[in-house]
Amino acid sequence: MTVAISVSGLRKAFGPATALDGLDLTVNTGEVHGFLGPNGAGKSTTIRVLLGLLRADAGTVRLLDGDPWRDVATLHRRLAYVPGDVTLWPNLTGGEVIDLLGRLRGGTNTKRKAELLERFDLDPRKKGRTYSKGNRQKVALVAALASDVELLLLDEPTSGLDPLMEEVFSECVKEVRQQGRTVLLSSHILSEVESLCDRVSIIRKGRTVETGSMADLRHLTRTSITAELSGAPNGLSTLAGVHNLDVQGTRLRCEVDTDKLTPVLSALSTVGVRSLTSQPPTLEELFLRHYEDDLS
Amino acid sequence: MSGTWSLIRLALRRDRIALPAWILGIFVMAISGPASFQQLYPTQAERTALAQTIDGNPAMVGVYGRIYDVADAGGLATWKTAPLCLVLVALMSLFTVMKHTRAEEESGRRELVGAGVVGRSAPLTAAILVALGANLLLAVITVLAFLGSKMPVDGTLYYGAAFFGGGAIFTALAAVLAQLTESARSANGIGVAVLAVTYVLRAAGDSGTQSWPTWLSPIGWTQQVRPFADQRPWVFLLIFGAALALLALAYALAARRDIAAGALPTRLGAPEGSWVLSSSFGLAWRLQRGGLFGWTLGFALGGLAAGTLAKDVSSMLAGNQQMADLLHTLGGARSFEESYLSLMFSILGIVASVYAVSAVLRLRAEETEGRAEPVLATGVGRLSWSLSHIAFALLGSAVLMTALGLTAGLAYGSPATLLGAALVQLPAIWLLAGLTVALFGLLPRLSSAAWAALVVFLLIGELGGLLKLDQWIMDISPYSHIPKLPGESVSWSPLIWLTAIAAVLLTAGLTGIRRRDLTA
Repeated sequence: MTVAISVSGLRKAFGPATALDGLDLTVNTGEVHGFLGPNGAGKSTTIRVLLGLLRADAGTVRLLDGDPWRDVATLHRRLAYVPGDVTLWPNLTGGEVIDLLGRLRGGTNTKRKAELLERFDLDPRKKGRTYSKGNRQKVALVAALASDVELLLLDEPTSGLDPLMEEVFSECVKEVRQQGRTVLLSSHILSEVESLCDRVSIIRKGRTVETGSMADLRHLTRTSITAELSGAPNGLSTLAGVHNLDVQGTRLRCEVDTDKLTPVLSALSTVGVRSLTSQPPTLEELFLRHYEDDLS
Repeated sequence: MSGTWSLIRLALRRDRIALPAWILGIFVMAISGPASFQQLYPTQAERTALAQTIDGNPAMVGVYGRIYDVADAGGLATWKTAPLCLVLVALMSLFTVMKHTRAEEESGRRELVGAGVVGRSAPLTAAILVALGANLLLAVITVLAFLGSKMPVDGTLYYGAAFFGGGAIFTALAAVLAQLTESARSANGIGVAVLAVTYVLRAAGDSGTQSWPTWLSPIGWTQQVRPFADQRPWVFLLIFGAALALLALAYALAARRDIAAGALPTRLGAPEGSWVLSSSFGLAWRLQRGGLFGWTLGFALGGLAAGTLAKDVSSMLAGNQQMADLLHTLGGARSFEESYLSLMFSILGIVASVYAVSAVLRLRAEETEGRAEPVLATGVGRLSWSLSHIAFALLGSAVLMTALGLTAGLAYGSPATLLGAALVQLPAIWLLAGLTVALFGLLPRLSSAAWAALVVFLLIGELGGLLKLDQWIMDISPYSHIPKLPGESVSWSPLIWLTAIAAVLLTAGLTGIRRRDLTA
């Protein structure tokens, strides 16, 4: 498997403020990689280093087998970028911006552009100053998705989109993956990453705290269980891996470490189970655990 | 109206640099009249002679207006400075009102404010009061300064009131325009166009046989108050009546529209980019062409006026040795016509530098407003992105000076000589452009310090000769090194030096741009 993006030990400071503090990131070719972190974690800074807009203080950064700071023009023809906060030229129309950015990148696929305009329900004749935030985002998305590039760098691309358009965006990303292209998708919207991404890197305070496939990360967290039992449950609280146990008569709710599910389930079945629902861990829960100390 | 006071305080906080700078600048301009004219034309005979020459010259009357009174220096002093001061007062009022109304709506900040405890029309009222307050302050300090230089009291009071009235009309006009379009930029554009039309109407009425066009122009009204001659208080009815009517219209329009919407419909544009939008230079062309057209037109008209006026300059100065001496000090020992033209060209060379600096600073605006990022994330390198805008500063200023030289030449005769005299200013203009690029590349946060440098050079040039400054101070300004053409022989070495320094600054700046972080 070849690697599209490889970052290790990346450091970047702005004056006294450290934005990136030894960040690692590996994105394989052909995967959709989720790049998760709260606001200010360093997601945009990382992407801007990858684009050669910022110069790394330390660490190695390889992008499509090139140096993002040195090989700007050649690398940029092979990638497309959607910034988190899209600003357009007030007197250029959306259609003009899409064509401009496409041509500067080496050409737009006109057929796909027309199709995307249709799907995103975007009027390309309006002037940049008259678009809402969501529509500005759509202009940047259409410009990026309409080009035949190997790599898409998307910085919180759905901010400002309504749920319907988020759905369209998800479909587009799935198509991009089927075409064998690579996507780095930064987000703090976890459900979007969960449904779209093959692998995820979680960063906080400029450092990577977790990286792996969704399956890899799930074992780190807990499954929520709600059960209706035949009798009163006994001794559950003493089992390893059971948290937040709440028993009311024969009803039971608890959270179980996912790798400790087997002993807990056998303990429940000895009492007798009338009904049982279990919920897999959502990325939200996973995420909250990593940032627990920030939230409390 | 709740919240108006808080919004006024917010506006004053945001304008704590801009408004004092406007007021101070216009004030200095306004009081320069009494000082210089008392000195240059001390006797009534001299003033009468000058007034007759000027009133007999349609071009002069067109630019400045008629002289209505020569009994004391007041009439002359305000004749020369009032038109320009009124234009500046109008611009200050227009930009101030727009900044706190339409620009706030456009940026979305108005929504944030609107969700607080703020009356519907509070932002409009606050903006109007801030602009009127600035105008009032300006009028008051101008009146005090005039009284300090022993101008007649009643004439000065009339003049101050007319000054304030001009500001009030354009404040009210801006309040109306802010309701019309969705973008502050186009509203400001319409405002400047209206100002230009009122100026032209006044010029046409004053210099032609029919005086009615003057009465269609608010700028004309302020002059028709005739503060230092046969005062006409009834003209104030016209001035303040119009201001009140415009204000009423603004509030009526504001009450009928949604926030962020304009009363005028917005037009749709092209659904696809034309072939021009295929390179960073094409993008720069789209962003800069409007400015370049406007500036070129202005310079062509300026050249036409300068060329026409130059023909009459001898007869105008015939009776005034002091003025002639002054022109010699500023222009060198040549014929009056040549001195006058070379003075005009050197002033307009500095004005063209304003264009060049602002064309380069477009790069900084693109960077800080986040529009450079998507372009630089494509195959466009930083060098070609920077050069696409810098080209407008370097070649655009050449276009301006060519337009100036050719039109002045056509009006005056000998176009080739005057074209050369205009183009000889370019090395100094390029040096300013190079300085701006160097700041942008090496000290991006200080990019706008280029304006400060331009102001310092301007002051050295304007005041150096009059104040008899030491030569080494004069030498700091690149404009001091430009040969005074037409009339002098061309010395090439300063031109080559200036161009070389410009090239060094440009290279340093471009190197900096390639090496530094892009700021967001």
